[in-house]
This record gives sequence, C-alpha cells and structure tokens, in this order.
Amino acid sequence: MSTPTSAPKKLGLREKYARMTRDLAWEPSYQPKDKIYPQAGLEGIKIEDWDRWEDPFRLTMDAYWKYQAEKERKLYAIIDAFAQNNAQLNVTDARYVNALKLFLTGVTPLEYAAHRGFAMVGRAFPGAGAQVACQMQSIDELRHVQTQIHTISHYNKYFSGFEEWRHMHDRVWYLSVPKSFFDDAMSAGPFEFITAISFSFEYVLTNLLFMPFMSGAAYNGDMATVTFGFSAQSDEARHMTLGLEVIKFMLEQHPDNLPIVQRWIDKWFWRGYRLLTLVAMMMDYMLPKRVMSWQEAWEMYFEQNGGALFADLARYGIRMPRHWEVSVKEKDRLSHEAWATFYNYGHAAAFHTWMPDESEMAWLAEKYPASFDARYRPRYEHWIAEERAGRRFYNPTLPMLCQVCQIPMVFTEPDDPTTTCYRESHYHGEHYHFCSDGCKDIFDAEPEKYVQSWLPVHQIYQGHCGGGSVPEVLRWYRLEAGRDNLDYLSSPDRQNWQRWKGEAAAG
Amino acid sequence: MSASATVLAYRGEPKDTAEHFHGNHLLYLGWDRHLMFCAPVCVPLPPDTPFSVLTEQVLPAAYAQHPDFARIDWNRVEWLLDGQPFTPDPARTLAEQGIGHKSLLRLRTPGLDGLGGSAS
Repeated sequence: MSTPTSAPKKLGLREKYARMTRDLAWEPSYQPKDKIYPQAGLEGIKIEDWDRWEDPFRLTMDAYWKYQAEKERKLYAIIDAFAQNNAQLNVTDARYVNALKLFLTGVTPLEYAAHRGFAMVGRAFPGAGAQVACQMQSIDELRHVQTQIHTISHYNKYFSGFEEWRHMHDRVWYLSVPKSFFDDAMSAGPFEFITAISFSFEYVLTNLLFMPFMSGAAYNGDMATVTFGFSAQSDEARHMTLGLEVIKFMLEQHPDNLPIVQRWIDKWFWRGYRLLTLVAMMMDYMLPKRVMSWQEAWEMYFEQNGGALFADLARYGIRMPRHWEVSVKEKDRLSHEAWATFYNYGHAAAFHTWMPDESEMAWLAEKYPASFDARYRPRYEHWIAEERAGRRFYNPTLPMLCQVCQIPMVFTEPDDPTTTCYRESHYHGEHYHFCSDGCKDIFDAEPEKYVQSWLPVHQIYQGHCGGGSVPEVLRWYRLEAGRDNLDYLSSPDRQNWQRWKGEAAAG
Repeated sequence: MSASATVLAYRGEPKDTAEHFHGNHLLYLGWDRHLMFCAPVCVPLPPDTPFSVLTEQVLPAAYAQHPDFARIDWNRVEWLLDGQPFTPDPARTLAEQGIGHKSLLRLRTPGLDGLGGSAS
C-alpha cells in the first residue's frame, strides 16, 4: 500500500526550528526598524547582519515543554519524598541551613530578575534568533525561581529567617549587593545586559555560584537542594553557550565593537567577582562539611578554566578582564574578611553567624597556611573569649560602603592584607568612596549612573528605613530580632535542632 | 561610534548630597590596623560639632570594645584627613578645619598593632 499523497509532511526538527525563528521574522512595513527596536543602537554596538547569529541551541517549543516537564515531575517527586521523610533532619547540622537562607534571599530573587531581564532584551534585539534564545532563557529563569521557592519552602516550616525573603531582598543592607548588581545590568542597554549576565556571569563565573551551593548541599545531606541544582544544570549549559555566542557574534559583526565589549567584560567581571564574596564565605564558613576552599575553587574555576577561555578569545582581540590579578591576590583573605563582616553585623543579618570550632580552625589553617593563623585566628580567639565572658562582639556603628558594589569597605590593599583599601573620586564637588580600583574604574566610566546608588547606610541616615535605631530598621526589614538574627549559639534554630536530634536519638 | 548622544547626555541625580541628611554631614572614620572592626564606620554629625566630641564620644562609642582603645595615647595619634596628614584642633568645629560631608578621617596609633600584633 502506498501512502496517500495528500497527507501533510511532518516537519523535521531543523525545519521546525527554522519556521519558529526565521519564519517569524518579517520586514516591517508600517514602522521603520529603528522605531520598533529603539534600544538596539543606544550603546554603539554595530550589527551588520542579524542572520549571521548562530543559534547555539536549536530547541523548539514543543521539545522544550516536553523535556522540562519531565525534569520537573522528577524534581517534585523528590521534594515530596523529602518532606514526607522529614529529611531536613538529615542535614549535617542546623548551621548549614543558613547557607540556604543566604541563597533564598540573595540568589533566588536574581533568578527572577534574570527572567525579567531576558524578556526585556528579547524584545529589544532586532534579530529573530537572539529573540528566541532570550525568550527560552527567560522561561528557564522563571522555572528556576519556582523550583527554588518550592524546594526551600520546606525548610521554612522548621527554621527561621526564610519567610520574608522577597521583602528582604529589596531592603536588607547586604542584599543590596546582589540586588544592585542585577539592577545595574537591567538598567543598561540590551547588549551590555547580555554581556553582563550571559557571558561574564553565566559563562565565566557561574561555576563558582552553583558548584559550591549544590556540592555543598550534597556534602551536607540536603538532597532537595541538590535536586533543583541538577534540574537547573542542563539549562545552565545552554545559558553558558548563549553567553559565548553573544560575545563572538558582536566581535565578528564589526571591529568597532571590540573596545565596547572589552570594557563591559572588565566591568562585569569585577562586579561578578565582588558578588561572589558571599559565596566565598559560604564555602569556607557556612558548610559544616566543606567541599573545597574558596582559594581552591578560584584557582580551578577562574585561574585555570577562565584563563583558558580568555586565551581562546585572544584571537578576537579580547584580553583578560582588568584587575583579575587582584582577585588572585585576594584569594587567601576574601572569605575571612567576609565572614568577619557578618560576625560584626550579625545583629542586623537575617541568618546566624558563629565562630568556627577548633577542628574547623585547623581546616582553615591547613587550607590557608599563609594567612589564617597569622591574621584571622587571633581575631577569632579574642571573639570566642569575649563570647564566653558574656560579651559577644557586635559592631555598634554602621559601616562605610563602597559606592559601586555596596559592600562595606572590608577589603584590604592588594599588596597589604593588614590595611583597608581606600579609593576615592571627586565628581561635581562630592566625595565618592570605593573598595577597590575595580569599583572606582566602574564609577569613573559612568558617574551619572552610580551617583544614584541606593546605599543602605546612607538611606538609614536619611530616614528612609523605618527609623534611626537598630530595632526600628530591623522591623522595616521584617527581621524578627532574637529569632532571625544574632549568634547561632543563642538561636531558636539551634535549640530546636538539639531537641529534634535528641528526640530522634532517644526514639 | 561609541554610545549614542542620548546616553551621553544622561544626567543622574546624586542621592547622597548633604541636604538629604537633616542638617548632619556624613563622616567616615577608620582605625588603621584594627580590622576586628571589619570596615571603617559612617556617622552623621552636625558640621558645627567640636573635634573634641569625636575623641571623647564618637570614637569611644565606636571602638571602646577593643583592648587597644584604652591604651591610645591621644597625643601620639596620627590623623589622615581625606588622604592627607592632618593636625586637628580639639576646640574648633569639624567644618572649621575642613572636615566636610563624606570626608574620610583615619587614625593611626603607633605601637598599637591590634590583637596579638595581627592588625585585627
């Protein structure tokens, strides 16, 4: 029997993809293109031919839904099993849960910002291939927000500090660091946004965000978080490919694009690296069972892998990001400077801080032989003695912040780890202060943007944060004093944990 | 071509000029080689505050928890105002001696090197 000739021919994957992208693009006749895509020319990037865009992943919508639905069925089955088995009791120690608090308040809202950002740039790009790639990533990011909220919501039933995560992201002082990072990208043009997020963050630095949190979760018995990590990972591979494609496309389109792209790579490497300060301290201090040190991670993922990437991009004229060598000088101090900051201001943080115990100090001394015993151990031993004497140290005065990264000025001179690094610019008669040459360069290139920084300390002194006293500001943060903040030793989290584990042992 | 004329013409409104602070100026204070205080601090003060208020009230409130603080010989303190060596007059006000809004005042205390000499 022969097939009836009238039956429609089924499209192959390639054909389907071509119909979905190029066939959806048409030449407008009612309006000129520059009015339809008004942002495409603002940044000075020249694109001669959008059809030269190489689609890094040829995924059709039906394939996308089918594949993602399958992954999420598995994810939600595991989350259900996790909840039914009270698997929160299997994590190494309740201190671990503080890493999740930092993730939910600091990282999950960035996934949502990425969802918005990619939807915006997908609309702004005139090329159909780029539009589709951005739309897919926008949907990915929204799924990541949802899976993270659903996974972590289980912990909210048992531990403090989770329930006001969205409110906190817009208000709490240290969360202005991740928030302003993404706001900076979203308020740039579409080409800078995609260079910042897809290339500098997703391609160059994402391994240093996801690897530590997901491996840390696996090492510390948190299978729920591991599962959303795995679910997101296959998307991340696509996002990284997009990041590299974007850079190559801009550089191949016109030689004038090179200096603009290099400046963005310099800027966003430094912005991303400063943001990762939070990850450094999570790795070295917040995981009861450590995966690797921050220094080891930086050597592997940035110095080796990143170095190879930039060697590969040299044929386009791209060089290593400016000030990368400062990040190498800081690798044996970054996590200690960060943890000391949260220990100083633990009364105003929505997670708990603590001093490492003797075995953890031994691990730190082994991983950081050149710095830990000489510089950080004496500080910790003093703080432990103070705590035992009933005088747990908290810094009573609000810190000076960097105008660009918004982190308190805790970083030290690249060549002298015992001296605070101060940098300053004068602009229209005002002083502006920075933590580093990297942040000062960013300000000096776009001062009109960064004079507007919403710096939490200055906002408190202007009277915009619920009042002038710490209790008033904590209320404005929706941070419940005595429960969400302060030392882990005195926390309800710890008391509950001991009770649960004691009962479990007795039963 | 670099960024378009629209971008180059953009002007932002500075968020932290002095008039937003209810009559106060912001002053940043840093105590060198005492990194137990993780960062320099930021305090709002009226510009007509006498300098002696800094040494008698503001600095003790910020730093008295440190065992070195009680050992400071105030006659030997070296001051840096906005990066330049500075000799304060305790009786004159901050404004009278050039300590302005968002100025940075650092103090160095020779012989006091932090906890166990660790600059902490």
